[in-house]
Amino acid sequence: MEVNLKERDNEVKDKIMIDERPEVNLWKDAFRRLLKNKMAILGGIIILVLLALAIFAPYIAPYHYAEGSLLDNYAKPGTKYLLGADFMGRDLLSRIIYGTRISLSVGIVGALTAFIIGVFYGVVSGYYGGKVDDIMMRFVDIMYGFPTLLLIILLMVLFKSTFAIATTGTFVGYLNVVDRAFGGLFFIFIGIGVTAWLEMARIARGMALSLREKEFVEAARATGNFNLQIILKHVLPNLIGPCIVRVTLAIPGYITFEAFLSFIGLGVNPPTPSWGMMISEGYKAIRSYPHLAIYPGLALAISMMAFNFLGDGLRDALDPRMK
Amino acid sequence: MIESDNSNLLEVKNLKMYFPIYQGLLRRLVSHIRAVDGVSFFIRKGETLGLVGESGCGKTTVGRCIVRAYQPTNGEILYRKDGKYVDLTKIPYKKLKIYRRDIQMIFQDPFSSLNPYMTVLDIVGEPLKVHKIAQGRELKSQVKDLLSRVGLSVKYISRYPNAFSGGQRQRIGIARTLALKPKLIIADEPVSALDVSIQAQVVNLMKDLQGEFGLTYLFIAHDLSIVEHVSDRVLVMYLGSMAELVNSEELYFHPLHPYTEALLSAVPKFKPGMETHRILLPGEVPNPSNPPSGCKFHPRCRYAREICSKEVPKWRDMGNSHYVACHLADQLTLQGITNNS
Repeated sequence: MEVNLKERDNEVKDKIMIDERPEVNLWKDAFRRLLKNKMAILGGIIILVLLALAIFAPYIAPYHYAEGSLLDNYAKPGTKYLLGADFMGRDLLSRIIYGTRISLSVGIVGALTAFIIGVFYGVVSGYYGGKVDDIMMRFVDIMYGFPTLLLIILLMVLFKSTFAIATTGTFVGYLNVVDRAFGGLFFIFIGIGVTAWLEMARIARGMALSLREKEFVEAARATGNFNLQIILKHVLPNLIGPCIVRVTLAIPGYITFEAFLSFIGLGVNPPTPSWGMMISEGYKAIRSYPHLAIYPGLALAISMMAFNFLGDGLRDALDPRMK
Repeated sequence: MIESDNSNLLEVKNLKMYFPIYQGLLRRLVSHIRAVDGVSFFIRKGETLGLVGESGCGKTTVGRCIVRAYQPTNGEILYRKDGKYVDLTKIPYKKLKIYRRDIQMIFQDPFSSLNPYMTVLDIVGEPLKVHKIAQGRELKSQVKDLLSRVGLSVKYISRYPNAFSGGQRQRIGIARTLALKPKLIIADEPVSALDVSIQAQVVNLMKDLQGEFGLTYLFIAHDLSIVEHVSDRVLVMYLGSMAELVNSEELYFHPLHPYTEALLSAVPKFKPGMETHRILLPGEVPNPSNPPSGCKFHPRCRYAREICSKEVPKWRDMGNSHYVACHLADQLTLQGITNNS
């Protein structure tokens, strides 16, 4: 009798517990938590504004990024040029607005390659384990062994020097044509893509290793699922959240890389307006005309902070322990 | 050694599962962990065979070999389908699907056995989808049916596992197991992660379902009091080998293996006067990669004699279908659980 009472108590307790909890899916739940985070919202809004600037640059910017009048070189900020003009008399504001395109596309392409290649590589390596894992991860270790910065610089030197004189019609020649069409961006994409996926592969691999031992994966296997079905239905959804967080937090890194490469002259081809290149041009006259370096630097700092805020917010929202 | 007759659903013969240990840069094979070292038993249709032993004795490994999560090193797992025995260890992985329908598993940890990103409908319906049994509306109605069978309200069908308590999650797991209408269910410590009051609910549910669907259970546990409640017969394992096999009542009152005696002495007593003194086994469970000579239990056995460290005890029939692997089985009088004071 006592036992029955207790059983009933438990059942009643269970019912109350479930009915009290709102019916939400984990993604919606995470999104709700994200919306509560003010800094993340601020970051998200800034990123949206930057995106709008990048897409509608020709309509927003008062001048074209390459057009300048030499009479206005080093113009101070004023009514004609809101943020001043650079050494060739080009409007700084317009160049910063067009520069958003470069920075954002580098960030997004870097994130996409890191995500697609890295997550795929890592999940395959971690899920299959054993020898497959050994071989795949030793390759990642070797790639990791190179100092990233040096590797990218060497790659860019290779692209810019050797590839530039490649005969047209060959594969490298085509790459060169594509790169010129992108204003020098294409080789930056490749350089960042080559290194960016490594970290993601390691993270995804570690998570896949622990997920494949989970009982729900074993249950799926005992049901008769194929490995690919298990990866798609059971492994990927469980590791994609943390991977999104890591990739968002890595975007500022990609943007800095591009700025750095452009700063040392291995980045985009002039007159493509990259923030890094503008800082590089501006710092030479920083004592007399500080606005030339400060405004692009500010743009860089703001966009990086925005991605960091959003990434932090995503991390808090997607981490189930934060509930 | 094995009573072979037509009522057996599953026969396991001399099952061995060795896990290799590799060491060093070149991955040299140093030795094996003998998780399961020659286990033979059978399960009759409709019965519950309890499989007990302490952590690391290989009981879970036996279960996982049967569902072919592991490929056994040696031995046969004969499953009876349509009047014929099929050796599951010989069937290639890709052709296993039809047998997977018949043999399903209930897992220990209800928190890790349900994918947190899937709804109850997807979790319980997945086996039906994978085996192309039902789709769409038909799938949903079958899942609803399964949920009500395991005592869950149908209105929670679109909830995610995080909304449920441990006992309810285990019910969802059981519903998923039942989806394919299996004949044999390997229950791998299905209640050991639950509160005691919920344990009773889940065990009773499993017994009800057994009656309803004519299920056969291999019930793996380390808690003898639960095993006694559900099992017809109990197999006691120690360090990858069989120690004792007998119907559960006999085991509780007349154990023949000193290890069983020690296990029984750890079962909590509920009535005054039912006191037995607790037998504490000295030492640790030996390393399964380097088991003791002779009887594997002898370093911890308080009755051990010289012969125990030299000869491996034979698996003996002591009459009344009571089997034991102990040299001294007919000399010792061991203490079971006594009912009278």
